[in-house]
Amino acid sequence: MAQTLLKAVDIYKSFVGVQALKNVTFEIKRGEIHCLAGENGSGKSTLIKIISGVYSPDSGYMEFDGKTYTSITPIGAIKNGIQVIYQDLAVFPNLTVMENLAFNSELADRRRFVNWSRMRQIAKDAIANIDFHVDLDAVVGDLSVAEKQMIAISRALMFNTRLIIMDEPTTALTKKEVRNLFNTILKLKERGIAILFVSHKLNEVFEISENFSILRSGELVATGSTAELDEKKFSYYMTGREFQQRHFVPKNLSEKPIFEAQDVGIEGLFSNVSFSVHRGEIVGITGLLDSGRSELALSIFGILPIETGKYVVHGKPVTIKNPQIAKNNDIGYVPEDRLNEGLFLSQSIGDNIVISEIDRLARVIGIMDREKRSSEIEKWIKELAIATPDPNNACQTLSGGNQQRVLLAKWLACNLDLLVLNGPTVGVDIGSKYDIHGILHELANQGLGLIIISDDLPEIMENCSRVLVMKAGKIVADMHANEINEKAILSYML
Amino acid sequence: MKRRSFRICCRRRSVVETKTLFQKIKHRNESYIFVVLLALCLLIEIRSGQFFSPNNLVDIASALIVPGLFAIGAFLVIVSGGIDVSFPALASLSVYATTKFLLNIDYQGGVWLPILIALAIGALLGAFNGLFIGYFKLPALIVTLGSSSVFKGIMQGALNSKQLTVIPPGMRQWGTSALFIARNPVSGLTSRMPFAFLAFLAVLVLVHVMLRYTMFGRGIYAIGGSEVSAHRAGFNVIRTKFIMYVMVGMIASLAGVIRVCMMQQAHPTNMLGMEMNIIAGVVLGGTAIVGGRGTLLGCMLGTLLIVIVENSLILLGVPTSWKSVFTGALIIIGTGVSAYQVALANSPRRTKTKIWKAA
Repeated sequence: MAQTLLKAVDIYKSFVGVQALKNVTFEIKRGEIHCLAGENGSGKSTLIKIISGVYSPDSGYMEFDGKTYTSITPIGAIKNGIQVIYQDLAVFPNLTVMENLAFNSELADRRRFVNWSRMRQIAKDAIANIDFHVDLDAVVGDLSVAEKQMIAISRALMFNTRLIIMDEPTTALTKKEVRNLFNTILKLKERGIAILFVSHKLNEVFEISENFSILRSGELVATGSTAELDEKKFSYYMTGREFQQRHFVPKNLSEKPIFEAQDVGIEGLFSNVSFSVHRGEIVGITGLLDSGRSELALSIFGILPIETGKYVVHGKPVTIKNPQIAKNNDIGYVPEDRLNEGLFLSQSIGDNIVISEIDRLARVIGIMDREKRSSEIEKWIKELAIATPDPNNACQTLSGGNQQRVLLAKWLACNLDLLVLNGPTVGVDIGSKYDIHGILHELANQGLGLIIISDDLPEIMENCSRVLVMKAGKIVADMHANEINEKAILSYML
Repeated sequence: MKRRSFRICCRRRSVVETKTLFQKIKHRNESYIFVVLLALCLLIEIRSGQFFSPNNLVDIASALIVPGLFAIGAFLVIVSGGIDVSFPALASLSVYATTKFLLNIDYQGGVWLPILIALAIGALLGAFNGLFIGYFKLPALIVTLGSSSVFKGIMQGALNSKQLTVIPPGMRQWGTSALFIARNPVSGLTSRMPFAFLAFLAVLVLVHVMLRYTMFGRGIYAIGGSEVSAHRAGFNVIRTKFIMYVMVGMIASLAGVIRVCMMQQAHPTNMLGMEMNIIAGVVLGGTAIVGGRGTLLGCMLGTLLIVIVENSLILLGVPTSWKSVFTGALIIIGTGVSAYQVALANSPRRTKTKIWKAA
């Protein structure tokens, strides 16, 4: 039995009336990869901040390497060998790799003057430590997220580190980069460094961690060996809800297609793509990142207009050369990167909902009909169960799942015929994901045509009555509900 | 996000390749501004034959002193991620108060006392900015807009400002004494290089050393890059900002004293309104307006460009009344070109096709 490195016992913490952590007790062993999971707002960040000394607990105590204390300062935590790699990575995008690596130790040594050759040496040692190759004079802002992360990890290792806490480290990484990160984590483990890996992604938890702890609304609901955990239990612990498996079966399929693509293409991105969408149908488009799936979605909404072939809406050919035309033909698009492309985060939830139908809310001379506006907003908040005390709150106050609902509401308010969703549940936690899928099923049954673009295969299989698989800009498979299975899709994709 | 990382991958390929000196220079903003500057100088020389005459060069150098000092201060603030529009008012107030006080006590000594007093007042006024921006974490633009009004108000209200046509003899002497005198062999015109130029050079060197070789200086860049990261790395963000604004106040006040000495009179309002051209020069020199990026060399080249446009257009036969049109056009074109390049580099369509072809 490995020795305990860190133990937190009976931790309580509340913020102005909100109990963030209740009676949390958990432990990390030396050299162990421990996964801390939980939905948004479950208290994960609060727990990390208590361990790293940013907050002190209201009651309870911690034990680190045999020493017991009730709270610790951030500096004290670092001296103990606890390092946190935050989601934003805390790098300086404007400075060189060298400076990013050397500043922490230079400041810790209370240096007042800069010795460039010493800084270079510190930086060299830091990256050599984990076999990471990078140009020390490169500006960090020009590097990829994965490289920035490696810089943060190298930096964290400079201080005789015993425990590294990584806050959702895989959020912005591609699959390959995640793999590299996991390799690095395993190397660190070999050196006896413990890793606390914060994540709410099921597959990552299973893949990397030996032990897990799951928080729900501030309480530790489960902890133990990952080997004993399965998907169903994980979802249950995370959300407190049981999810039954469901498969979407179209009920109100229209006879004629509402939307057809005939041999469409854009040079260098995709070509000869043909498919059709009926009312009441959910069509899935999947493929690897560079398969052209996202570009196809953008072309349907007119962001990247097609160069060859044509789109046919309700039997009539339409040149969709900008989003305005797409909208006029009752086509809506929910982008993958909802934060940057789909929502006005600093504006109110209400305004975000009505923005697409704003013309219809105007009175004759162009002045907004306030009553109509608020009744619309109320209707959609209720219909999609958006969790907010006040629709006048800024959109950024919502969780990822609720933001996605606002985005849906925004388009549904326009009475669409076809809605294209690119990665509808990327970065959304399990509970909301389940609910959003439910909403999509219902919308299809009400007579909307839907296209889901996703590389999340379980999502595709659960929701789509037809699946198109893309590879290198072409549709390589068109599967109907009865032929859809994960293996077949993968074999076409790769 | 995915798209972005792709683009970065493409760009990084070029970073890994070994760079020749030429490539290094080519990618630096300073090189572009230097080329523009050189072209402008040559154009003026060809049209007038007067640009590279000794007296004109000295004239430009002495015209650079005050804007140059202001630009150093503005540069520091912009690199830290802030913006300062109060420095002309700050400089006016501290030098006006100093001059008035010394006239009242009938001061007959050298220039060191006026400089010291002005620096002290400048430090105090800079601390006023630094207190609100650093300790109270208010936005720099709002604070300095406000303090600019406050400083002007104190000058007009409490000090009852009007033009002081006489200044203490020590200041007058320092303002007129020359390091050397340049003479135009053709026209016989002469120009004095003021002693103050040495003060300007000294500040330039000191600030350069500070930015390059002290943790305080690197801290200014770090804060401009990411305040949160700077805090987590262990920089004292609040104190760094506070001290920086104090320094900027002192540099601006030094510029104020030099201006009064060189003009031989203290005019309470004639520095006001300089802030926009100064900031434009700093940005023209490649300093990122959002902070974190920029070099003192670029900042000086940008300022020099503005100074030359303001002072030498007359040699091109452009009437002085058109001066501001040219300065404005220069600012729009200069900053516009770099903004356009950034936009071009970020255009999704272009990078996408590129990726496909590369793959």
